[in-house]
Amino acid sequence: MVDWTDAERAAIVSLWGKINVAEIGPQALARLLIVYPWTQRHFGAFGNISTNAAILGNQKVADHGKIVMGGLERAVKNLDNIKEVYKTLSVKHSDIIHVDPDNFRLLAEIITICVGAKFGSAGINPDAQAAWQKFLSAVVSALGRQYH
Amino acid sequence: MLSKKEKELIAEIWGKLLPVAEDIGSDALLRMFSSYPGTKTYFSHLDISARSSHLLSHGKKIVEAIAEGAQDISQLAVNLGPLQTLHAYQLRIDPSNFKLFSHCMLVTLACHMGDDFTPVAHAAMDKYLSAFAAMLALKYR
Repeated sequence: MVDWTDAERAAIVSLWGKINVAEIGPQALARLLIVYPWTQRHFGAFGNISTNAAILGNQKVADHGKIVMGGLERAVKNLDNIKEVYKTLSVKHSDIIHVDPDNFRLLAEIITICVGAKFGSAGINPDAQAAWQKFLSAVVSALGRQYH
Repeated sequence: MLSKKEKELIAEIWGKLLPVAEDIGSDALLRMFSSYPGTKTYFSHLDISARSSHLLSHGKKIVEAIAEGAQDISQLAVNLGPLQTLHAYQLRIDPSNFKLFSHCMLVTLACHMGDDFTPVAHAAMDKYLSAFAAMLALKYR
């Protein structure tokens, strides 16, 4: 279980409160596919993702981005139980989707960058970034935990 | 691999950031120290608190080196020679830390540039910083 200080809990909840899942989610997933093109291997069924423009305009990518980002809600609401919250999802990513868990770390880094671009230095200062990244690390760890 | 367009974009971006090298560099360092406390072990001889003169001058130095490299990326191997030697034989910073700094630099750039930190700029910058870090570690062993 992760030890959260009161300041960390406050920072995470505050940041989550500002984030528009429908806006940041699609951006983050699109950037994953653009910045780390090998991640496209999981999205063959999403239609045209052959150029940056295609990726940025792809509705399936956008919709999936919203779903993934929205998935963080459960973790924010259950900071003391993140491992349990993502147990089934971890099994799914391992046994059904076969995603390299390192991809979770890459997406987490990109989410933080998108949050930075949206809110600027004042919106996510170094301490807030540290708390947010600690949160995302717990999520990433939970998602990789059921792999075998 | 960086395309010609990407190299031009990177040179352009860093050219614009040079006047605020101190702010950009110190912000990235501070973010790295906050998120990855282990990185502070390399700076026990300096005062790295927010806005300290050490933090500002060190941040400036780093950004100036990155910006200089960006002006002629094809010559990175030649231009980074002295810094390669410095890092390999004197500083001996574990190269895994370069990744941590690069990530924090990307966050700083995103915060600073907002919408101008487009997916294309993001990809190009990520690739450049990776190449820069790899080049820096080349003489380690």
